[in-house]
Amino acid sequence: MNIVVCVKQVPDTEVERSLVPGDNTVDRASVDGVINYLDEFAIEEGLKIAEAQGGEVTILSMGPAKASESIRKALSMGADKAVHVIDDALAGSDALETSLAIAEALKVVGFDLVVFGSESTDARTGVVPAMVAERLGVPQLTLAGKVDISGSEVTIRRVADDGYEVVTGSLPAVVSVVEKINEPRYPTFKGIMAAKKKPVQTLTLADLSLDAGSVGLANAASRVEDFAKRPPRAAGVIVKDEGDGGAKAASFLADRKFI
Amino acid sequence: MAEVLVLAEHTADGEVKKVTLELLSAARRLGEPSVVWTGPGADAAQPRLAEYGAAKVYVADSPDFAGYVVAPTAELLASLVASASPAAVLIAGTTEGKEIAGRLAVKTGSGVLTDAVDVTEAGGAPVGEHANFGGAVIVHATVQTGTPIIAVRPNSVAAEPSPAAAAVEAVAFTASDAAKTAKITEHVVAEASERPELSEASIVVSGGRGTGSADGFGIIEQLADSLGAAVGASRAVVDAGWYPHAFQVGQTGKTVSPQLYMAVGISGAIQHRAGMQTSKTIVAVNKDAEAPIFEIADFGVVGDLFTVVPQLIEEIGKRKQI
Repeated sequence: MNIVVCVKQVPDTEVERSLVPGDNTVDRASVDGVINYLDEFAIEEGLKIAEAQGGEVTILSMGPAKASESIRKALSMGADKAVHVIDDALAGSDALETSLAIAEALKVVGFDLVVFGSESTDARTGVVPAMVAERLGVPQLTLAGKVDISGSEVTIRRVADDGYEVVTGSLPAVVSVVEKINEPRYPTFKGIMAAKKKPVQTLTLADLSLDAGSVGLANAASRVEDFAKRPPRAAGVIVKDEGDGGAKAASFLADRKFI
Repeated sequence: MAEVLVLAEHTADGEVKKVTLELLSAARRLGEPSVVWTGPGADAAQPRLAEYGAAKVYVADSPDFAGYVVAPTAELLASLVASASPAAVLIAGTTEGKEIAGRLAVKTGSGVLTDAVDVTEAGGAPVGEHANFGGAVIVHATVQTGTPIIAVRPNSVAAEPSPAAAAVEAVAFTASDAAKTAKITEHVVAEASERPELSEASIVVSGGRGTGSADGFGIIEQLADSLGAAVGASRAVVDAGWYPHAFQVGQTGKTVSPQLYMAVGISGAIQHRAGMQTSKTIVAVNKDAEAPIFEIADFGVVGDLFTVVPQLIEEIGKRKQI
């Protein structure tokens, strides 16, 4: 089975993140780039499926040159090869444009199963897997808390607020997985060494048969007009519990009409 | 005035979710709201939709909406966008709502704004306000192409009554084969809970590492129940297996914006704050006076949660009897 796992490099969530004044895009330069944490579950699921069903795992990532660090890390977890979609014209693409480039790259690369994380921790739109399924015209088996494959049938547990739905579709298909679906493996030393030799193919817009007028900041269908740091919240009242902390909290809640 | 489509979130028997009423209030700022109702239950809901300002209600009662993952809903909305030329489409910013918005954006070649915490109008076009990077940065965004599609975070816009006709218009709809590739064969309700849904609740009580164990976490449920609140949990609690992942609040869990958020035994690391710092009022209980949660709390108690919380529950009980 030809499994493609889509991976995004994002700014480290443990540090302060912001946008770039001027073009209002995500500041990726001044912060360390890491694999989107939620994509680690997608990589693990892809590897598990390949181990169980046989097949190959390809990492697909769109991003600037810096994204190659995250691609190597994904390869060191055990993926077989990678495709890096890289083109200056893609910078500042919104979700609609990103889904276009990824869908076109998937057509070039070929796939039986595409696996995404549920969202990225930077933009957090959560729309790209659904958009890619729509563009490719294949089943959208998203927000999976469990994935089972039997022949050409894929069955997932789709996480819902009150429980889950059992959803079935046929390959080729797009799957997204939720946090905690599995326990992502750590790269081993051997894996890290092996990753250095694994093939990484680069694809430009020309390879995707897209022209520069269909992607990038200037052509985006949505635009960030302005941004500002959230003003700090007004300092609150902090009391030390001296046997009456619970009562004081209750008084506060009563003053604010919560009780 | 231009129509604004509002996709209703509801139960099968016609109970309208609160977020739908919030969307109606937001839609009125942009034009005349038309609710889009998928599946059964519209008759029961009509009075409530009228009360909150729906001028029109498009009703497409087809089993395809419950039978297949999101694609039929996106297809219906796309056909209504074509026929009604709305000024915007508003959808609940839930995980499923965002997926519908995404597919609709592709179908109509439109820009989509996700997770708006407010919607305003400027120069005849909608502007979405967003709390990005876990609420650290406030962003205003617009749509440049097509019909603006905006997914609005539940609990962000106040639902206000504004009586209107809510004239029902039946829409014939059958999903195309292309929209029927991901079939829902079963809906399993995990556990019947009396508590409100986490993303919709006006009060959320969350517990963290300080609860110490799955048993210790029980005190969070007790406090939540005394307030009629939803229960949330920090990532540490979920990672430790003390509470299910579905209740995780944070950067990679649910993002909530209740009227009152109580963080109990939660230090308030960036990962957690990302999921709750747009809450209107924040109360924290933590034994560490240096915990970052106190920087954003409106009221904080530095103390042992196992003495503070039982006293709080008792006080809440007393005040209820008055």
